[in-house]
Amino acid sequence: MFYRLSGVRHNTYVSDSRMFPVPADRNAVVFFLLLGIAAPFLVPSLYLNSYMLPWLIWTAAVLGLNLVTGWAGQLHLGYAAVMAVGAYSAVHAARFGIPWEFALLIGGLSSSVIGSLFAFTALRVKGLYLALTTLAMQFIMDWVLNHSPAISGGSHASLQSPPFALLGQEITSDAGLYYVALGWCVLVTIFMLNLKRTGLGRALVAVREKDFAAAILGVNSFYYKAIAFAASAFIAGITGALLVATFYFLAAPEQFAVNVSIQVLAMVIIGGLGSIIGSYLGAALILLMPGVVNQVFSGIAELVGLELGIETLAHIPNAAYGALIVIFLMVEPLGLGKLYANVRDYLMVWPFDQLKK
Amino acid sequence: MDWIFLSELTVNGALTGLLYSLVAIGLVLIYKSSAVPNLAQGALTMLGAYVVLAFSHNLGWSLWVAIPLAVVIMFFVGMGIERVALRRLAGRPIVMILMMTMGIDIFLRGTTLAIWGGASRSMNLGVSYDPFFLGDMLLSRIHIVGAAVALALFVGFLLFFRTRLGIRLRAISDDYLASWSVGISVERGVGLSWGLASVVAVATGVIWGEVQGVEQSLSLLLLKGLTVAVLGGLDSIVGAIVAGIILGVLESVGSFYLDDIVGGGSRDLIVAAVLILTVMIRPHGLFGRHDIERV
Repeated sequence: MFYRLSGVRHNTYVSDSRMFPVPADRNAVVFFLLLGIAAPFLVPSLYLNSYMLPWLIWTAAVLGLNLVTGWAGQLHLGYAAVMAVGAYSAVHAARFGIPWEFALLIGGLSSSVIGSLFAFTALRVKGLYLALTTLAMQFIMDWVLNHSPAISGGSHASLQSPPFALLGQEITSDAGLYYVALGWCVLVTIFMLNLKRTGLGRALVAVREKDFAAAILGVNSFYYKAIAFAASAFIAGITGALLVATFYFLAAPEQFAVNVSIQVLAMVIIGGLGSIIGSYLGAALILLMPGVVNQVFSGIAELVGLELGIETLAHIPNAAYGALIVIFLMVEPLGLGKLYANVRDYLMVWPFDQLKK
Repeated sequence: MDWIFLSELTVNGALTGLLYSLVAIGLVLIYKSSAVPNLAQGALTMLGAYVVLAFSHNLGWSLWVAIPLAVVIMFFVGMGIERVALRRLAGRPIVMILMMTMGIDIFLRGTTLAIWGGASRSMNLGVSYDPFFLGDMLLSRIHIVGAAVALALFVGFLLFFRTRLGIRLRAISDDYLASWSVGISVERGVGLSWGLASVVAVATGVIWGEVQGVEQSLSLLLLKGLTVAVLGGLDSIVGAIVAGIILGVLESVGSFYLDDIVGGGSRDLIVAAVLILTVMIRPHGLFGRHDIERV
C-alpha cells in the first residue's frame, strides 16, 4: 500500500515506455485533472478567473517556451513577441467575422511563420548571440506594435476582442472561460508529455545536448531546431490569442512587451528546464509572488510601526521577483521541478528505503 | 540638405555614441575576463547614479567627495555580486548565466527604486546647458564632457592592461586554465573585472544622469551598450569606442531621415537592426576574436 513500486514490473519495451511507468504518478495526474474540472464548483469565481485562469494560460505559454529552451536548448528572449503575433492576428480575424476556432488557428499559424524567422537566426548562431538576436527581434516587435495603428487599433493602441465563441456558442460565463483555458492547457500538456516518448522529442534532446554529436547520429539539427521554433511559436500564438480572448478582453502592446518575455523565461527557469510539472509550479510561483510579497511587507511594516511609502511598496515585489530568480539559480538551478522530483522519489519507496540505513 | 546641419548631426551622434561606449566598456571588461554577458550593467549604472545622489543630495556633500565614495562602494558591490552570485555558476549553461544577470538586473532596479523612489532627479554636475559653438555647429557641453570621460577611461584601461595586474587579466581572458596552472588567481581576476565594471558604471551613471536625469530609464541604456559591445566585438575595448562612434552616427543621421518615413521613434529600430545584422553577418564584431562558435 505504501510501497508504490510494488507490483510494477515491465517485461516489454512497450510497457516500459508507457507515459507513466508507475501507476501512482498516473493516479496523481488523474486526481489533479479531476480537481481542475471540479474547480468552478469549489473555488469562488473571483479566484477562479483572476488566479486559476491566468495561471493555466501562462502555464501553456511556459510549456511552449520549454519546448524550445528546455527541450531543444535554444535561448529565446522574444517569446512575448511571438505571442503578440498570434494574439493580434487572431483578434483581427475574429473582428473580421471569422469564427473563433479558425481565428485561433490563424493566430497560431501566423505566429509559426514569424517564429520561424527567429529560427533562421538560430540556424546561424547559438547561445549568447541567439539570445541577443531574439531580444532585438522582441524590441522590433514592440516598436512595430507601438507605431502601427493599423495593427494595434487606433490612437489608444488597444483592440477590443469580440466575445469568445466555440462551435457557435458564445462563452461568457466565468466557468466557461475557465474550461477553455483548462482545455488548452491540458492539450498542450498532453502534447509535451508525449513528446519525450517520440522520436521528435529524442531528436530535440540530442540537438540540445550537442548539436554536432546529434549530426553524427544522423539527426539534422537545422531541421529539428526549425521544428522546435515553429511548434513552440504555434503554441505561443494560440496561447496569446486565448490570453486576450478569455482574460484581458483587450489587446494592448504592453501586454507583450520585453518584460513579459523575461517573465515567461523566468517561469521556465524557476520551474526547471524541460520539466512539465515545473512549468505549472514556476508559473504559479511567479504569478502569485507579487501579491504575497506585498501582503507580507505591508504586514511587517504595520507590525513594526514603520511607514513605507506607496512607491516603496510598489517596487518591493520587483526586487523580490529578481531575488527569487537569483536565489533559485544559486540554490536549485534545476528549479521547482527538481524539488518536486526529490520529494516524489523520497516518498516513492517510503518507508522501506529509510529502514535500510 | 545643408552640410553644416549634416555635420552637426554627425558630430553630435559621435559624441552620444561615445557615451554609449561607456556602458559598453563595462560590459566588455566583464565579458573579457569571464565570458559572462552582464545584462545587469544597466541596473549597475542606475545604482551608481543613485549612490552618488544619496551622498550629494541627501547628505549634502560636495560631488567631489560623493563620486569617489560611490566609486569605492560600487567597486565592492561589483566584487560582491561576482563572489555571491556568479562564481558558483561557472561552467553552467549560458541560459542560466544570462538569467542570473537578468535576475540581478531586476533585483537591483527594484531595490534601488524601493529605497530612493522613481521620481526623476538631476545630477547638478555644474556643466552649463548653453550650447558650445564649433564653427557654426551647436554642440552640447555635457556630451563633450562625457565623450572626454569615455576617451579618458579608454586610455586609462589601455595603460592598465600594460601593468602587472592588467597583464594577469589579459592572461585570464586568453586562457583561464593556463592562467590557473601558472598560479594566477582566476577568481580574483574575475572579481576585479566586476569591480572595475561597476566603477565604470558610476562614471556612466553620473554622465547619463546629467544628460537625462537620474531615473529608471538609465537602466534602458543596456540595449544600446550591448549593441555597441557586440558591434565592436564583445572582448575588445578599442571596439567599444569605435563601435560607439559608429552606432551614434548611424542613429543620429539615420533617425533624421527615417523619422519622416516611419513617423518618429526610429532610434530604437536602428539600434535593434544593427544588433541583428551584426550577429547575422559578423558575430565576433569588428575587433573581437574569431573563436566564437558558429552553428
